[in-house]
Amino acid sequence: MDLNFLVQQFLNALQLGSLYALIALGYTMVYGVLLLINFAHGDIFMVGAFLGVFGSMVLNLPFVPTLLLSMVLTAILGVVIERVAYKPLRHASRLSAVITALGVGLLLENGMLALTGADPRNYPENFIVTETYDVAGFSISNVKILIIVLSILLFLGLYAIVQRTKWGMAMRAISYDKFAVPLMGVSQDQIISLTFILGTGLAAAAGILWGVAFPVLNPYMGLRVGWKAFIAAVVGGIGDIRGAFLGGLLLGFVEIFVVALGQPFGISSTWRDPIAFALLLIILVVRPTGLFGVARRQKV
Amino acid sequence: MPLLEISHLTHYFGGLRAVSDFNLSLEHGELIGLIGPNGAGKTTIFNLVTGAYKASEGSIKLEGQELVGRSPHEINSMGISRTFQTIRLWGQMTVLDNVRVAHYHSIRYGLMDVFLQLPRYQKQEREIEEHSRELLRLFKLEHYAYEPAMNLPYGVQRRVEILRAMGGRPKLLLLDEPAAGMNPNEIGELMDFIHWIRDEFDLTIWLIEHQMRLVMNICERIKVLDFGETIAEGVPEEIQNNPRVIEAYLGEQGEVA
Repeated sequence: MDLNFLVQQFLNALQLGSLYALIALGYTMVYGVLLLINFAHGDIFMVGAFLGVFGSMVLNLPFVPTLLLSMVLTAILGVVIERVAYKPLRHASRLSAVITALGVGLLLENGMLALTGADPRNYPENFIVTETYDVAGFSISNVKILIIVLSILLFLGLYAIVQRTKWGMAMRAISYDKFAVPLMGVSQDQIISLTFILGTGLAAAAGILWGVAFPVLNPYMGLRVGWKAFIAAVVGGIGDIRGAFLGGLLLGFVEIFVVALGQPFGISSTWRDPIAFALLLIILVVRPTGLFGVARRQKV
Repeated sequence: MPLLEISHLTHYFGGLRAVSDFNLSLEHGELIGLIGPNGAGKTTIFNLVTGAYKASEGSIKLEGQELVGRSPHEINSMGISRTFQTIRLWGQMTVLDNVRVAHYHSIRYGLMDVFLQLPRYQKQEREIEEHSRELLRLFKLEHYAYEPAMNLPYGVQRRVEILRAMGGRPKLLLLDEPAAGMNPNEIGELMDFIHWIRDEFDLTIWLIEHQMRLVMNICERIKVLDFGETIAEGVPEEIQNNPRVIEAYLGEQGEVA
C-alpha cells in the first residue's frame, strides 16, 4: 500500500463524504424546525441531478448556470412540497407527516421514471472536462477538488446564514421552543419555507456534483444515497448542521476505507455497507444523541 | 382613543366556556392587574390578545385596529409583547441571541442582501446588535450577554424574559405571573423594576399575578376573574374589600386577614 494510494483514497473519502454531508444538511434542518424526517429528501436530491440533465443536455447550458438553475428550481419544488403536502399536516400526528413524506418520495421517483424512462442518464462530456494534475508526485483530479471545495463553501455559507441572520436565529429558536417563536414576532411560515429552500437547494447541488462524480443517473438513485445521508445526519446529531456535515464526512471515510484497508485482508468490497453501518451503530450505542446532539425533553 | 379595547371577548374550548364576555379599556401608560383563582381564564385572555388562540367571539382592538384573526407575529409587530407563566427562553441560545430574535419583525432585508453582503443587511444587523446591547446595559445584564440563558439563576431568567419582550419595541407589555417562584426580597425588587420599565420605555403594562402584595402595591386598577367571568373591577382598596372577590378566593365563609 503506497502513499499515493492512500492519498487517492483520502480524496475519494472526502468527495463521497462531502456529498453525503450536503444531503444530510437538508434532513437535519427540516428536522430542526418541524421535527419531521423528510423521507422525500433523497428523491429531491435525484430531481436536482435530473434537472442538471435538463439544463446541460436540453438547454445546452454550461456547468455553473446548470448548477444554479437546478438549485433554484429544486428549491421551488421543495417549497411547493412543503406547502401542499406537509403544511396541512402540521398539527396532525408526526406519523401522518412521515408517511406523507414517504408518499411524496414515491411520487417523485415514479413521476421521474414516467417522464424520462428507465435508461440511465449522464451529463455531456464537455460539462466538466476531467483533468488530472500532478502535485508533488500525487495525481489529483480537478473533479474531486471541485466537489470538495464547493461542498465546503456551501456549508460555510449555510453556517453563516444560520449563525448571523435573523432567519438563522429564528430557526434555532424554533428548534428549542416553537410556541414562543411567533409571539416574539417571527413568522413561522417564512422560516419553514426558508428551511426548505436552503435544504433542497443544497440537495440539488449535491445531485449535480454526484452526477459529475458518478455519471449514472436513474430515478431511484436517491433511495440509497438518501438513506445513507439520513443516517449520517442521525450519527452527527439530528438537528445540528455541524453534526450533519461531520456525520456525512465520517460516513464517506468509513465506506471508502473499509474497502481500501479491507482489500489486503481479503475482505470483499460487498462488505462495505455492513461494516460501515455496524461502525455507525456502535457510535449511536455510545452516544445515542449523535456526535453533536443534545437530548431534548419531550412531552408525550 | 384607548390603547387597547376589548369588548365582549368570549372563548370556548370545545363546549367549555373559558372566557365569557370580557371587557377592558386600557389607556396609554396604565399599569393594571388581572387576578383570579387558578383556572379562571387569565392566561387564556393573554393568549387571545397575543393571537396564540383565536377568539370565538368579541373584538380586541389595538389603537383602533382589530387583532382578532391576525397571526401572533403580526400582533407582536403591531406592538404587543409578552412573557410567559413558565419561563420560555430559548435555553441553549445566549442571552444576546434571545434578544436579537425578538427584533425579527423590524428587519427588512432579503435573501439577496445576505448572499451579496449588501450594506442593507450589515447595517440592520448592526442596529439590532446595538439595540440589544443597549437593552442589556439598561437592564444591567450585559455581563450575561454570551451566557446560554438556561445557565442563569431563576430570577435573572425572569428579567431576561422581560428584556427579550422589549426587543420587539412594544407599546403594551403583558406579564404573565412575573413574580412566580420569587422570594419576598425578589418580589420587592420586581415591583421597583416594573415601575422602572414602564417609565423608562413609556409602556403600558398589563399583568397577571397571584402575589397579592405585588398586585395591590403597583397596579392602578385591577380586574378579577372567576370561571371566565369578570366578578369585580376597581382600585386595589375596592378589590380588597369586595365580598365577591373574598368569596372567590377563600370560599363563602372566609375572611381576609
